[in-house]
Amino acid sequence: MIRAGLSTLLAHWRRHPLQLATLIAGLALATALWTGVQAINAEAKASYERAARQVAPAEGVVTGPGGSVTVEDYARLRRAGWSVVPVMEGRLDIPGGRITVVGTDFVALPPEGGGPEEDADPAALLHDPGVGLADAATAEAVRGLPGMPDTRVSDRPAPGTLLTDIAVAARLLSRENPTHLLLTEPAPGPLNEIAPGLTLSRAGDPGAGRLTDSFHLNLTAFGLLAFAVGMFIAHGAVGLVFEQRRPMFRTLRALGLPLRALVGTALAELLILALAAGIIGVALGYAVAAALLPDVAATLRGLYGANVGDGLRIRPEWWLSGLGMALAGTLAAAAAALWRIARMPILDAGRPRAWAIASARGSRRQAAAAALLLAAAGALATAAPGLPAAFGLLATLLFGSALILPPILAAALRMAERTARSPLAQWFWADTRQQLSGLSLALMSLLLALAANIGVDTMVASFRLTFTAYLDQRLAAELYVRAETESRADELRDWLAPRVDAVLPVWTSEGMIGGERTRVVGIEPHATHRENWPMIDSLPSPWERVARGGALLLNEQGARRLGVSPGDRVALAPAGDLLLAGVYADYGNPAAEAVVSADLLVSAFEGADRREFGVRVPPGAVPALMDALRDEFGLSGGAMIDQATLKEISLGIFERTFTVTGALSILALIVSGVAILTSLLTLGAMRLPQLAPVWAMGVRRSRLARLDFLRAAALAAMTFAVALPVGLALAWALLARLNVAAFGWRLPMFLFPSDWLTLFALAMAAALIAAAWPVRALARTTPAEFLKVFAGER
Amino acid sequence: MARGIEKSFLSGGGAVPVLRGVDLSIDAGETFAVTGESGSGKSTLLHILGALEIPDAGTVAVDGMNVSDLSDARRAEVRRGRIGLVFQQFNLVPSLTVEANLDLQARLAGRFDSAWTARLAERLGLDPLLRRYPEELSGGQQQRVAIGRAVAHRPGLILADEPTGNLDEATGDAALDLLLDLVSETRAALLTATHSERLASRMGRRLRLSGGTLE
Repeated sequence: MIRAGLSTLLAHWRRHPLQLATLIAGLALATALWTGVQAINAEAKASYERAARQVAPAEGVVTGPGGSVTVEDYARLRRAGWSVVPVMEGRLDIPGGRITVVGTDFVALPPEGGGPEEDADPAALLHDPGVGLADAATAEAVRGLPGMPDTRVSDRPAPGTLLTDIAVAARLLSRENPTHLLLTEPAPGPLNEIAPGLTLSRAGDPGAGRLTDSFHLNLTAFGLLAFAVGMFIAHGAVGLVFEQRRPMFRTLRALGLPLRALVGTALAELLILALAAGIIGVALGYAVAAALLPDVAATLRGLYGANVGDGLRIRPEWWLSGLGMALAGTLAAAAAALWRIARMPILDAGRPRAWAIASARGSRRQAAAAALLLAAAGALATAAPGLPAAFGLLATLLFGSALILPPILAAALRMAERTARSPLAQWFWADTRQQLSGLSLALMSLLLALAANIGVDTMVASFRLTFTAYLDQRLAAELYVRAETESRADELRDWLAPRVDAVLPVWTSEGMIGGERTRVVGIEPHATHRENWPMIDSLPSPWERVARGGALLLNEQGARRLGVSPGDRVALAPAGDLLLAGVYADYGNPAAEAVVSADLLVSAFEGADRREFGVRVPPGAVPALMDALRDEFGLSGGAMIDQATLKEISLGIFERTFTVTGALSILALIVSGVAILTSLLTLGAMRLPQLAPVWAMGVRRSRLARLDFLRAAALAAMTFAVALPVGLALAWALLARLNVAAFGWRLPMFLFPSDWLTLFALAMAAALIAAAWPVRALARTTPAEFLKVFAGER
Repeated sequence: MARGIEKSFLSGGGAVPVLRGVDLSIDAGETFAVTGESGSGKSTLLHILGALEIPDAGTVAVDGMNVSDLSDARRAEVRRGRIGLVFQQFNLVPSLTVEANLDLQARLAGRFDSAWTARLAERLGLDPLLRRYPEELSGGQQQRVAIGRAVAHRPGLILADEPTGNLDEATGDAALDLLLDLVSETRAALLTATHSERLASRMGRRLRLSGGTLE
């Protein structure tokens, strides 16, 4: 009995392969977008975990105030019985890029610590050139370079990382002290009794992962949005298919298939389809992730210094989540349809499209839910801060707008119907309104896709404009030079001083603000800074205050995190309490950063890096100066970088950052195009009874087809009109709420009407392409098909 | 066997009685017509006898089993195994071929007999149409498939609601001939609801439903 019931249900798809294809396509696309994002996130997180565990599974990390721990403190801890292992970490320029060098004491590492295998020769580990471990690409990149250890391929270090002995790392990085110590066994006592200046962070404390979490949260939000758009398709397709088969369900029940068996077989059929679509979606998602991962990896490297490999592995966490979402999404989409079957009276006259004629009460309920969601969005926009509230704002705004779309369109169509003069125009608007309920899910998905496009494009374009201006301000010097050693840097400075307009130190170290490691930049305030580096908020003459040594500048995200404003005192360890003279914009950087005078940096921060300078010189003189520096000091290309190249690199990182979101928003638009196609195709087959009388009254088939084309265009245009304000509200939410909550900076919003025109054209194209197929089918409907309507044979 | 069947429907003005104590008995191999005007309650009576609907009062026994007290699942079991239904609108499954439609109820009932359905197809003149779909058939051909489906599982009772109502006279007569032949062959009882005197005259017994009772 069950077998006969199931095969009868499945027979529908053999007769309607197109419906099956669109249903599978909708589900598969939704799953693909979700799975793709999950795969990227899983790969990135796996890379972080590898990076975090590449040296040793530590109990905790001991850090020092200036970004390093002195050898004396290390020795003192060891003598007091602390099981600490020194680690030295830094970035190293190599031909063709930069790598991370991590040095440690392999001999002192516990067996599971991540060093070379136990049979490695201890002498080789400790003597020059030493032994290094790296992934295949990094090992290949460093092979043969002077000073590099004998590097072996290993999957233990994170991509782009060379793991080696601490002595080799010290030589490569020109450093003396470890950057931190790993605690490999529980601490034997309080740290401050032995080394008062050091800090112990326990394993599991929030660290750098927090920075990248925001990025992944954004990706996940996008994945969810894409999945929601896909679910609109699935909901529409499943709903239509169930309604079309109502007479079949009724017949099966009349022939003796019990209700429970009918619902069970319908559920089994759905799960089979969802599983098939899920598998296709997971495979597509893998392809999406593999295509986008290099851009994501570049973004994370550029923005956060986090290394993520370009290769994608098949991990159960993302493909299982993809299949789970496909199954759960299908069930959610079908829940209403299954509920209707369960409640369907056995003698209910089969009413195809009865579902489509939404009751006034249902429509009012939808409008009320939309109003409630939009009111919640308004409340979240004005009141609540924080990341959950920002995401809540996005969700309520988008879903509230989607739900309000059908009532708005219905009202507009009613108005058009009233103002129409000719009978055909009146019929056109009335017929469009009647179709609205069947198309509303597809149009809602189009609204979501368009709003997401407008919102994300506005955010990216505003960001690009601001970022370009910001680069012009921050990269004011025409040339940036980095010496190999500090003594070489002094020589360089002396040589440059009489030959250029100004030599501006860009010295750096690490300090602690509010319990977090913070990059500290030391500068000698100069007219260049005053003219090119505007403050968001400042006391009068901020640069002069910094120059005097008792003040600092903080970036916007640092100031927001500490809740301070100009005039407040800020504790910057180890320099002490400083007056906050100004707050500056620092886009693209999620971490806090402080600017102090170069003198203060050198005096208060041990081991500050004093090797980099900005050089002011007429732009035309840059190439000659670079040649001279190459000849005089043997500086390589990597040690000198001119402003134009630096901007190009920065903008390159920026563009790659948003390649991912751009690609996802275009995919969402494609998915919504598929939704429209699905709905039109299904409705097309059910509309003949409405079209046949109009045809019989003398409207030619070709004209009916043209009117259907016009209908698709009109509905897409109206949907765009609603999507535009929703998209701009979304852009505002992203720029002024989500960015502030996730990254700590707020961006100004710019409007780009020409982009809207392009998107409008794209939306019309998507709708018309989707309509082309059903319209062609209508134009080719034979008179015999129309006549069947009157003969009652349909 | 039906005893004291009563059924009302709710309308704007309250409960409207349709059946007011209908008694009816039909034996194996017997043919029976219930006639009456449109809205007289013929279809409602048929639905109650076919375990598709529950009466407000009274009992219905099929093969000695009181179906009016059964659960939905047990009533489905009775319909599946003991009753064959022929509808005015044919109600074939559009996505199944003629052959699959013919087999459908027999398979649901677990009584599929390929030799019998092959013979049925031949008797009904459906052999050349077995691979076609319902939408490719004429009304008469569709009704022949519906008749075949109703007898394929050899039920004890066949209920036909206006079985020729959608067919022209000649086609209707042909379909009815086939139905009566098959009923006679399978020794099933046949009860038809019709307003056609022509059809009713072909039945062994006939009663008129008027004012909610059989006359």
